[in-house]
Amino acid sequence: MASYNTNDFKRGLKVQIDGDPYIMVECNFVKPGKGNALYKCKLRNLLRNTMLDRTLKGGDSLEAADVTEIKAQFLYHQQGMFVFMDSVNYEQYELTKEQVDEAWKYLKEGMECSMVLFNNKPISVSPPNHVVLQIEYCEPSIKGNTATNLTKPVKLETGAEVICPAFVGIGDLIKVDTRTGEYLERAKA
Amino acid sequence: MSKQPNDFLPTASWAHLRLRAELLARTREFFATRDFLEVETPLLSADTVVDRHLDPLAVTLPDDPRRPDVGRKLWLQTSPEFAMKRLMAAGGEAIYQITKAFRAGETGTRHNPEFTMVEWYRRGDSMAAGMELLSELQESLLGWGPAERLSYAEAFSKHAGIDPHQSTADELAQVASKRGIDVSESFGRMDRDGWLNLILSHLVEPHLGQSRPTILHSYPASQAALAQVQGDPPVAQRFELYVRGVELANGYHELIDPQVLRERNRATNAHRVADGKPALPEESRLLAAMEAGLPNCTGVALGFDRLVMLVAGAENLADVIAFPIDRA
Repeated sequence: MASYNTNDFKRGLKVQIDGDPYIMVECNFVKPGKGNALYKCKLRNLLRNTMLDRTLKGGDSLEAADVTEIKAQFLYHQQGMFVFMDSVNYEQYELTKEQVDEAWKYLKEGMECSMVLFNNKPISVSPPNHVVLQIEYCEPSIKGNTATNLTKPVKLETGAEVICPAFVGIGDLIKVDTRTGEYLERAKA
Repeated sequence: MSKQPNDFLPTASWAHLRLRAELLARTREFFATRDFLEVETPLLSADTVVDRHLDPLAVTLPDDPRRPDVGRKLWLQTSPEFAMKRLMAAGGEAIYQITKAFRAGETGTRHNPEFTMVEWYRRGDSMAAGMELLSELQESLLGWGPAERLSYAEAFSKHAGIDPHQSTADELAQVASKRGIDVSESFGRMDRDGWLNLILSHLVEPHLGQSRPTILHSYPASQAALAQVQGDPPVAQRFELYVRGVELANGYHELIDPQVLRERNRATNAHRVADGKPALPEESRLLAAMEAGLPNCTGVALGFDRLVMLVAGAENLADVIAFPIDRA
C-alpha cells in the first residue's frame, strides 16, 4: 500500500486512518522551541464528514487512501437512492441521500458529475461548478417595486430553493454556482 | 511546483516589500545607536551547528567543473552563530549582522528553507541583560510595549498544569492525552523533550505574547543547545521571544566551556543517529575559539521574516518574502 511521508503532506491529500478515508484540510508545520518537527493536521473523514485534529512527527507517514475520482452521469432518483453511471465503463452506482449531501439540489438527469470512489465504492459526488436549471415556481415580479424587493426565493426544477433577483420568472433558465449555492445569471434557452 | 504563467511574480505586495526595507533600516539604526558593529561572515562554512533537529544543507565546491558533484563539502549556515562567536573570541565587543540562514526540510506558513536572520552578541551580558536588550529591540520595531518575562516552569504550570523540570515522559503524555491532543502512534517512542515540545506547541505557545510580547526563559537543561546550564534544579540560560503566539527570537547566555560543548555534540550526534540522520562534524573552529577563550556574553537570533509578517499583520511568510521557496 502506498503511503505519504510528512514531507508530502499538503492540503487535499487523501489518506486512510483506522480504515476510513480522510482528506487533509490543513497541515501546519511547526518546530516549537528548536524541537522536533511537528505537523498539526486537520483531516475530514470522507465517510462520516467528521473532523479529526491529529499531530504527527516529522518522518511519520500516513497510508494513502485507495480513492479514485471518476466522471459519472446522473441517471435518476428513486426511493431515496440516486443512481449514477460511470461515463467510461457504464458501471452503475447507487448513492444514498446522505452520500449525495448538498449535491441533490443541482442534479438533473444526464448531468455529468465527479464521483469519489473508496475501495471502488462511491462515497461522494459533486456536480459541475456551474449548472443551468429551470425555475419551476416563484412569485411574479411586481412592476414598479424594484427598489424594495430586489431579491426573492425561487424553486428550481430539482426542488432546491435559490435566492434570485426579482426580475426572473417561472420557466426562466438560470445559472447557479454549486459551490456557494448562489445565483449567477440568467441563461439562454 | 507547477510552472504557471504568473509564477514569476512576487508573493509579497510592494507595500510589504517597502515595510521590509523600512524595518531593515530601523534594525540597523537600533544597533548603530548602541555602538554595535555590523559584521559579515560567510554563508558557507566547513563547520556546522550540531543540533538534533536542525538539518543543514551541504554544498560541494568542485575541483573540476566537469564533475560538479566531486569536491570539498561545505555547509550553508543554519545561523551565523559559529562565525560570530569566533569574532567575539577574537576581541569582539558588541556585534550584529543581518544575514541569510538555511535549514533543510523547513517549509510552512512560518518557515522557509532560506530565511533572513538578525543575530547579535554583546560581551559581558548576563541572561537578564540579554533579555532587556531583546525587549528594547522588539519594542522599537513592533511598538507593542516592553516584553513580559515568564519562566518555562511558570508557563507550563499556568497553561498545562505540570512541572516541566520534574515530570516524567509518562506524566507529560498523560497531560497531552487528557487535554485531547491526538497524536500519531509513533509518539509512543517519544522522550521527555518530545512531549514537552508537543505540550509547548499545543497548550502553551498559543497563549504567549497575546496581550503583550512575552520572553519565555530558563528552559529545561536538556534543551540547552549552546546555552549555559545553571541553578538548582539546573535550567538552561536560554530565552525565546513570543509575539501573538509566534516564536520570534532565541537567545543564550552562551556556553563558553569547550569540554561541555564536546560532550553535548557527542550526545546530540548519538540522538541524530538514533533518529536515522547522519552525524555532523563534532570538531570545529568554534571549539578552537572556545579553547582560546570565548568571553562571557549573551547572543540572540531573531527571525526577520516573521517580524515583518507580524508588523504587516500577515498570517503567512509568503506575504512578506518576495520569492519563497516555491518561486525561488
